[in-house]
Amino acid sequence: MTRPASTKPPSQTPGPAGGGGAAPAAAPGGTRPWRSDRAAYLLYLLPGLLLFIGVIVVPFLMNVGTSFTEWSGVGAPTWVGVDNYKTLLADAEFWASFRHNVALIVAMAIIPTAIGLVLAAALTDFIGKNFGARTASVLRACVYLPQLLPVVIAGIVWSWILAPDEGAVNELLAAVGLDSLAHDWLGDPKTAMAGVMVVMVWIQVGFPLVIFMSGLQRVDPSLYEAAEIDGASWWRRFRHITIPQIRPEIFVCLLWCTIASLKAFAPIYVLTKGGPGGATNVPSYFSYQNFFDKTDVGYGSAIATVLTTIIVALTVVFLRVQSKNLEEQ
Amino acid sequence: MSATAAESQAESPLKPPLKSRPRPRARTRRRRDPSSHVVLVAFIVLAVVMLLPFVIVVFNALKTPDEYGANGALAPPEGLHLQGLKDFWERVDFGRKLVNSIIISGSVAVLAVILSVLNSYALGIGRIKGRLWILVLLLMANTLPQEALVYPLYYLSKQLGLYDTRLSVIIVFAVIQSAFGTYLLSSVLSAFPRPLLEAARIDGASKWQVLWRIVVPVTRPTLAVLLVFFFIWTWNEFLIPLVFLISNDNQTVSVALGVLQGQRLMDATMSSASALLGILPTLIFFLIFQRTLTRGLTAGAIK
Repeated sequence: MTRPASTKPPSQTPGPAGGGGAAPAAAPGGTRPWRSDRAAYLLYLLPGLLLFIGVIVVPFLMNVGTSFTEWSGVGAPTWVGVDNYKTLLADAEFWASFRHNVALIVAMAIIPTAIGLVLAAALTDFIGKNFGARTASVLRACVYLPQLLPVVIAGIVWSWILAPDEGAVNELLAAVGLDSLAHDWLGDPKTAMAGVMVVMVWIQVGFPLVIFMSGLQRVDPSLYEAAEIDGASWWRRFRHITIPQIRPEIFVCLLWCTIASLKAFAPIYVLTKGGPGGATNVPSYFSYQNFFDKTDVGYGSAIATVLTTIIVALTVVFLRVQSKNLEEQ
Repeated sequence: MSATAAESQAESPLKPPLKSRPRPRARTRRRRDPSSHVVLVAFIVLAVVMLLPFVIVVFNALKTPDEYGANGALAPPEGLHLQGLKDFWERVDFGRKLVNSIIISGSVAVLAVILSVLNSYALGIGRIKGRLWILVLLLMANTLPQEALVYPLYYLSKQLGLYDTRLSVIIVFAVIQSAFGTYLLSSVLSAFPRPLLEAARIDGASKWQVLWRIVVPVTRPTLAVLLVFFFIWTWNEFLIPLVFLISNDNQTVSVALGVLQGQRLMDATMSSASALLGILPTLIFFLIFQRTLTRGLTAGAIK
């Protein structure tokens, strides 16, 4: 019981095991009295439920409501129906912000997952086996460290490293005689998104690594041994054993990272503020701009609502696949 | 999240009988040696690249501006020049920001754990009706982008006179974190050994007593992990504290440093001083909570 927090619960809850079906079987004689005073437990739920309604449900509904109005945040909102959504569909800036978010999905979900897979397999196969688990876990910690840092701090570190004058990257280029490549990395619309992407890969790559390394512990070593005896190369074992065996982890990781990238507000705020000229704006930052800079609250709410819808849809997919995985197990 | 399940599974089963292993392994080991050294070198290079930004920050936070101008960003510092750090500390009143962050994160962690325990007692052990739906709702709340809550919360807090108070941020995050905590803890508690509860009831313990004398002590390790993660997650939060805490006296570390960075007024040594001061608390947490963190790493990494 030392690691209960990291054990099954989250995956179990939507599945059959978390349901009530198990209870009567567990306590055949004592089920009845427990059931009869179930209502008494409502009391324990009450404070949490009220706060949940006040802090999450009501504000969320207010946000949806506001998205159908024109409102500057002061005075009474004017009902405009779906106008905000119409504007949104025709707004090039909005679509651009989604394109940039696709770039962030690449940088925060796809690239880290791909790198994480190779690193996890290599750490487990080569380093763990030949140099000991300690070496492997130290190396893993080095890669994971940026994950622990507040994103804002990571952003400060990097925006200075990528700074135009006296930034470390430009100095490094100068040191190896490539002055000509020196650049205002985050200030040039052409390279700003790429700069943000590099930072996000650096921040994110430790997450899949950790997930996959723990997933790999589950894989039956005899599978690898059999493949090895058959003379399969490392790459083939990676492709035909590692990847299929930890497919559930890969899926979960991709989905969670995608959701995280849709919420990436802080890195954009510190690195570029959506600029230059909107070149790195993402929906999450775009809604913030509308709320607090342009005081176009109705429009900001519409953006936030669209963003929420996408994220909720992804979560539903996640839940479905998750419970399917459980059934298969 | 299934990765977390995977990890726990990995501990118990499927260790093949030792006898079958040594031979093929010994052979491959000899054969693989050269290539695995290459892999090791590659990993060390990678580790250095990952840590390089930290190293550069430390180097430059310890330089004088003149030294920086003369030697550039990549040279190691000539001596331990702490004046830059000290100036920056005083300029942003860093001590106060630290206290704010600690108060906010600490209160949120404690409150969110209490809320999670109460909720999941009703859901996991009380098995009240509709709990499955409540859990799905909580999961949704977990993935909800804060952008969809921030403006109404901002508006409501102004109406209630809570705007620009640490209390408002504490309440909001206690609820947000407890959504995750309840989700997780409910399933831990639904697997709670029933005989233990029955025995306590037969001895005449009330529900309240069962909760505090049996359920909480037994689940203490889980609660400790939750407490640490709530603390760190809240510490790392940005959007809502940025919107809510506008006055200097209430700001958290992340907000103060983030806003300062956004103003683009810092010179190179100053920004590395600020980055270093931002990194240090995280490193300290990492050292203090290392065991808890690795234990719950997969659960925590999910956020």
